[in-house]
Amino acid sequence: MSSLISIRNLTASVEGKEILKGLNLDIGPGEIHAIMGPNGSGKSTLSNVLAGRENYQVTGGEVLFEGRDLLALAPEERAREGIFLAFQYPVEIPGVSNVYLLKAAVNALRKHRGLPELDAMDFLTLVKQKMKSVEMNPEFLHRSVNEGFSGGEKKRNEILQMTLLEPKFAILDETDSGLDIDALKIVADGVNRLRNPERSMLVITHYQRLLDYIVPDYVHVLSGGRIVKSGGKELALELEERGYGWLETQPRAAAGRPA
Amino acid sequence: MSGSQTQIDQFLDREYAAGFVTTVEMEAFPKGLNEDIVRMISAKKNEPDFLLQWRLEAFRNWQQMVHPQWAQVVYPPIDFQDIYYYAAPKSKKDAPKSLAEVDPELLKTYEKLGVPLHERAALAGVAVDAVFDSVSVATTFKDKLAAHGIIFCSFSDAVRDHPELVRQYLGTVVSQGDNFYAALNSAVFSDGSFVYIPKGVKCPMELSTYFRINAQNTGQFERTLIIADEGAQVSYLEGCTAPKRDENQLHAAVVELVALEGAHIKYSTVQNWYPGDKDGKGGIYNFVTKRGECRGARSRISWTQVETGSAITWKYPSVILKGDDSVGEFYSVALTNNYQQADTGTKMIHLGKNTRSTILSKGISAGRGQNAYRGLVKVLKGAKGARNYTQCDSLLIGERCGAHTFPYIEVKNPTARVEHEASTSRIGEDQLFYCQQRGISAEDAVSMIVNGFCKEVFKELPMEFAVEAQKLLGVSLEGSVG
Repeated sequence: MSSLISIRNLTASVEGKEILKGLNLDIGPGEIHAIMGPNGSGKSTLSNVLAGRENYQVTGGEVLFEGRDLLALAPEERAREGIFLAFQYPVEIPGVSNVYLLKAAVNALRKHRGLPELDAMDFLTLVKQKMKSVEMNPEFLHRSVNEGFSGGEKKRNEILQMTLLEPKFAILDETDSGLDIDALKIVADGVNRLRNPERSMLVITHYQRLLDYIVPDYVHVLSGGRIVKSGGKELALELEERGYGWLETQPRAAAGRPA
Repeated sequence: MSGSQTQIDQFLDREYAAGFVTTVEMEAFPKGLNEDIVRMISAKKNEPDFLLQWRLEAFRNWQQMVHPQWAQVVYPPIDFQDIYYYAAPKSKKDAPKSLAEVDPELLKTYEKLGVPLHERAALAGVAVDAVFDSVSVATTFKDKLAAHGIIFCSFSDAVRDHPELVRQYLGTVVSQGDNFYAALNSAVFSDGSFVYIPKGVKCPMELSTYFRINAQNTGQFERTLIIADEGAQVSYLEGCTAPKRDENQLHAAVVELVALEGAHIKYSTVQNWYPGDKDGKGGIYNFVTKRGECRGARSRISWTQVETGSAITWKYPSVILKGDDSVGEFYSVALTNNYQQADTGTKMIHLGKNTRSTILSKGISAGRGQNAYRGLVKVLKGAKGARNYTQCDSLLIGERCGAHTFPYIEVKNPTARVEHEASTSRIGEDQLFYCQQRGISAEDAVSMIVNGFCKEVFKELPMEFAVEAQKLLGVSLEGSVG
């Protein structure tokens, strides 16, 4: 099976400091990969580089998405092609209502895909139905984007956007951070409902806990800007028990999907 | 500099979309200002003696005054002897005959702004009767208004046809000696608008410059006087979302509003004078005095302004709340980009009992723009139970612009309640990236955030104006985001 996304020897730096130091990863359609790793290992850098944040400089390597050079695309083009980043810290946008942003986003994508734009009525019907799935009160539609939302509400809002935008490849960047167990379950349920044979996900997390609910096909350990170990979902449990220390001193392991 | 900063810069680096020159032969008096010029202006307009005397008094006042220095704006000294104080198109024959003769780029801009076709013609300085029967339109409305006893005409016509009203009210809100520019305006004003709404009449339509084409070609010293008699109501729209012709850099207008008992006046402005180029060269100095007086009990005056043009804006639409239970409101959006400077705000002077005022100011600074809110809330001794609520928000786009807030509060009555809230925020790289990650271009994201920021003010504008204002902000922020 060919990869949906293929990361080859990727190096990237932030403010002149090299963070990713030759990262290799292949993700096939429908697969869920988890990336775990200690603080400062490059997890967030990876998600920002894939999404195209501009102050993250790619210094080497390549990323192919459906065989195309992803790194050549502007962030909004990547989004329209089907890359979605659920932010670790969703930003507040005062004065812009949530429904306005959601509709603009959905229509930007529909336009790109050659579909007719949804009018206000059709969109409202759609969004209200999707909100139920993440147990969000419709009142959040008319509040400013993420403004005054609790940590859990922000994360649910991210999953709502993912549900609406139906990406081919979703990156969940520490989606579990700041969530209590109930909120975590709701978010995980939302994500699990989106699993299908075409949709791939990269779940970035510091803790194993999230992976009890979003069960990955593969687990990779990121350390020092490289993937140092890969395995099945049981690797997460091992990490939970043993911590990351034992891996950091190990020689570089073969990366990518295990054979 | 980060990539997003570059993107913001590109974004802000846009040309004045509506700049244009229309060559028309002008009749102008010699440069400079002295009593003779004042007399010539008055004579040119066949004014009654009282008005000439009033102008002369203003001129003498002005000569004694010094140029104000207190505003948060920087510009080289103005040579008042190097300005034409009277200039008028010699003949409408010289104007373009039809839209076909007008610069297509300009028409494109109007189209973008959603200006109606017939209005586009008027804005472009077309002799409108050639393409659109504005004369009969104006007459139709004039008849309709006259049937209600409403007077709506140019200031010159009012001086000719209703001198008693002009004499009774002119200068009663903004006196000839009020301030440097008001005095200057009083001495040399060339034309403007006049509105009188009789007792108990609710004006059946929005009055706007659209209905009086002539007044659009007036010089840079306009004088507007609006009187709402007891129980009367009027909504007046001023300016347009396109540039007007202007021979000079200086624009010093005076607007006076008088609301008698139970009267309501709503005054809306969308100002888009030429702001100068991206290096800060050229542009209009917009030094305007606007003030309304709630003279009667339970009267209400509401100012709404969207200021996006001018190199320098210096303007404080104010309300004197004299009548008991009267209400003053000020809703403002001021956008400064490139090297534009704005020092704008309001004064709410509470004299009457239980008077209430609301101030909502939204300042947007981009490029190297400087935006200052300056507001005075003054509650005098007799203003028992007076209330004010002020909210003052600033939005910064990019790293080199500035926002300043100068609120002055003077309360002399212990029962008064005055509230002030202020906030400053910046359109951050993180907000733009968030939107982009959802498939929305940076340009659309900026436009969306700015419009969201201004929403509360826009909703105070009459509907068509609100749409125009929103589009104007879109056009103003249009750029070349890669």
